[in-house]
Amino acid sequence: MITFSLFHRKPRPPLGARAFDLLCLTVLVVLTAHTPHLPVWFSGALVLVLGLRWWQRRKLGGRAPLYLKLPLIALLSAAVIFHYGTLFGREPGAALAVGLLVLKLLETEATRDARVGAAFACFALMTALLFDQGMLATLLVALGLLPALATLRALEPAHGTASLPRELLPALGLLGVSLPLALLAFLLLPRLSSPLWGAPNPPQARTGLSDDMAPGDSFDLLTDDRPAMRVSFSGAPPATSRRYFRAYVMSSFDGRRWSQLAGLDPQAPAIEHAETIDYTISLEASGQRVLPALDVPIEAPAHALFGPDRELLADRPINDSLTYSVRSALNYRLQPQLSEAGRRLGLQLPRDFNPQALALAARWRARYGANDAAVIKAALNLFHDGGFSYTLSPAPLGRNSVDDFLFATHEGFCQHYASAFTVLMRAAGIPARVVTGYQGGYWNALGNYLLVRQSDAHAWSEVWLPERGWTRVDPTAAVRPERVSLGAAGASGAASAWSPNGWWLDLRNRWDIVNRWWNQGVIGFDALRQHGLLTPFGLRDTDPGTLGLLLAIVGTLFAAIGLVWALWTRPPADPLRAAMQSLERRLAAVDVARRHSEGPQHFFSRAARALPAQRVELGRLMRTYLELRYAYDEPPAILVKNFRRAVQDFRPRRMVK
Amino acid sequence: MLAALRRFQAGAERRLPALTRYKRPENLPIALHRRRIYIVPTAFGAGFTALLFIMLIGALNYANNAALLLTCLLGAASSASMLIAFRSLNGLRLISIQQGHAIAGEALALQLVFEGGERAHASVHADLDGHTEAFSLAPREQTLVALHVPTLQRGWQPLPRIKLWSNWPLGLFHAWSWIHPDQAVLVWPQPETGGPPPVLPGEDGQRQRLHHGEDVAALRDYRAGDPQRHIAWKVSARHSNLLVKDFEQPESRQEWRLDWRHLPQLSPEARISRLARWLGEADALGRTSSLWLPDEEIPLGHGHNHYARCMNALARMP
Repeated sequence: MITFSLFHRKPRPPLGARAFDLLCLTVLVVLTAHTPHLPVWFSGALVLVLGLRWWQRRKLGGRAPLYLKLPLIALLSAAVIFHYGTLFGREPGAALAVGLLVLKLLETEATRDARVGAAFACFALMTALLFDQGMLATLLVALGLLPALATLRALEPAHGTASLPRELLPALGLLGVSLPLALLAFLLLPRLSSPLWGAPNPPQARTGLSDDMAPGDSFDLLTDDRPAMRVSFSGAPPATSRRYFRAYVMSSFDGRRWSQLAGLDPQAPAIEHAETIDYTISLEASGQRVLPALDVPIEAPAHALFGPDRELLADRPINDSLTYSVRSALNYRLQPQLSEAGRRLGLQLPRDFNPQALALAARWRARYGANDAAVIKAALNLFHDGGFSYTLSPAPLGRNSVDDFLFATHEGFCQHYASAFTVLMRAAGIPARVVTGYQGGYWNALGNYLLVRQSDAHAWSEVWLPERGWTRVDPTAAVRPERVSLGAAGASGAASAWSPNGWWLDLRNRWDIVNRWWNQGVIGFDALRQHGLLTPFGLRDTDPGTLGLLLAIVGTLFAAIGLVWALWTRPPADPLRAAMQSLERRLAAVDVARRHSEGPQHFFSRAARALPAQRVELGRLMRTYLELRYAYDEPPAILVKNFRRAVQDFRPRRMVK
Repeated sequence: MLAALRRFQAGAERRLPALTRYKRPENLPIALHRRRIYIVPTAFGAGFTALLFIMLIGALNYANNAALLLTCLLGAASSASMLIAFRSLNGLRLISIQQGHAIAGEALALQLVFEGGERAHASVHADLDGHTEAFSLAPREQTLVALHVPTLQRGWQPLPRIKLWSNWPLGLFHAWSWIHPDQAVLVWPQPETGGPPPVLPGEDGQRQRLHHGEDVAALRDYRAGDPQRHIAWKVSARHSNLLVKDFEQPESRQEWRLDWRHLPQLSPEARISRLARWLGEADALGRTSSLWLPDEEIPLGHGHNHYARCMNALARMP
């Protein structure tokens, strides 16, 4: 017969107020960790529900009624679908998880509910890291474990309550103790060579270079101070004016927008080079495939290939930070022979756009004949002397953007100059194209690396000259040479809070070193680095089996250390024995050493014979010792203390014979 | 199904001496140590491990090192909590047991004195007969844990096994140990519910009533053994329980010399029950009493100690 007592529900102990407070705090931390990617109204509503529930349980007690819970769950799903269009995927999933966690509070009345809530909070905390793996975000999430662990701890009965911060301390201690094992496990856990299921990241709207460019569009990048990449050089870094990192090469112009041409000229162009430079770039997540590289890269790193115009493309979007090493040529001749198709492409211009610019270029061509260099010089002189100014907030441009810029507004930033210059060159019959990328960067002398921010994004031109190949021309430098030496914000003269001097900059540079360390050491720690980590120990073959074995060994080692810690107990101190030993030492100094086989009584009587003047004193000590040692199970502490004092006062006097 | 489980458990304990050795009664003090502390994950611990595994697979799949680090941290903390669970029991000592008094059928209050030694012991539970008492111990401190043993019949009753367990600190691991103190508790006999008052030699009912006093001093709750004619029926009708007229005691009170030999017509157990009732009445009335039993004689006395001594003697009757 089946007994149903197996399924009998034990009476559930009610949840204490302290544990509930801690659980609410946990959920609040989870919400905070998710706030950056949740809609504001969504987070606000959840905080409201959380606060109301806390207040309700505190003032009125009891769980939220069912007629409130079910509509709230429906409302949550509806809100997620309304905002994201679906319930599945990373963003909607995270929103749903956080929402459900908050709603779980509504019915949390028993220990079991609180346990489930705390465990689920740990999971929700982890999902926050799918959005941002930065060091601060990770730190916040790791700190979020504190209230979760403290909640679990507060659920154990007979737990004396302390103040809220003191409740968190033991959890901090627990995390601190487990950090070494966690780090070793992190180092040794075999990484997956390929994902088990689909990549999590849909293309995200991230700020960064885009694969097209339209002068006149707002270009938020130039005021974005976040790091784009960090470059460390194996030798000396190149001079500031030569730090051009090419990302996108754009040859197609529709009158307004520059963009890449896909599929044309698939083989990599020929390159002749003299001087090379080796460097390593850690690129922040960009959501794009392009890998910026200094001037012209010679070899493509693993998992990357050359684009049609010698730019580097990764085989998948960079959704997490990535580190790659490149060798580039600084003195080079790129594609010295241009094919007819390439030439046509380099001269392509849309019809019926920018008639004034075309006319100007035609006049130059007529004046300078076949001298390309003179035409280029004329264009640069125009920018330099024609009353042009550099500003990050230029006037808007109309349909003929280049004409408007050249003959009306006279103000703009790198995009405007590069675009106008390229159009002029093409109109004059010189193959030209626009290149975007980063220029400059801040040399962090402390960390010995070049920090390139998003605000270092730049656009310039490349013109094709016979025998020279594609040659870089930076028309912005003609207007504002300091753009090349100071950076965009410095060149625009915008006085910002981040003035490039003083302690604040110093602090930020130091902070950037920490970030770089985090990006390279933690986020960029992949199978390859894992391999490199073990090579110094003679382990060349780091397949998952070896790693698993190592992990098991390390785990066992830690378990052994932990067991020693758990089992170690201080040997019980015996104050009586210590006092007796002290007395023995004193007597040994006057040649009455206790023999191994000698009992206390015999020893004392021998000592009394050797020191007859102190016979009475020794007799008293002996009686006390024997009584303390043999008359009690455990001698009273006060008597032992008296004996110890008597021993201390006892000064054996050597007999003068 | 349950029976099969029990059979399996019994078989396992037969085969594994480590499981059974500490099921035999031991002398006090009993100290918990590594050979007798067992640990298994709790149901929540198993679920949490599954959750950690999901987190691990997710972090590896998305090659998200920050999430992986977090998962490792949580996993390491969980495994560290196993050692902490062990430590919260390790070194705990049961020093002595103080027993209360109970008549058969009632629960007997036990007070277990635990000592912690050098370190604190947090959230330890003592399980006895399905009832749990939780306690914590600071370093170098002793604590009293009150437990209740159900009793069935009078006499010496061995203490059952007591389970000491702890899920400290996170509820992920269940550490437990059995202690079985080699100690028996004395259960007092159950007094009969009603019957005649003691027949006192050289007295008749008349004299007794005379000595009983005639003035009603107060009303009190009915106690087993109160004469029916003392019940205040009219007053009791207005109350939920019976009330008895308490007569003022005469100056010189009669001693009750309770004697085993005066009850030859009853079976031994019935004699014990009756003597127990009389002793209870004597104690309630504050009367001096003495008790004669075949192998023990307790002289005249009164008060709780006297009552306890007499009841102990009755409980020890073969």
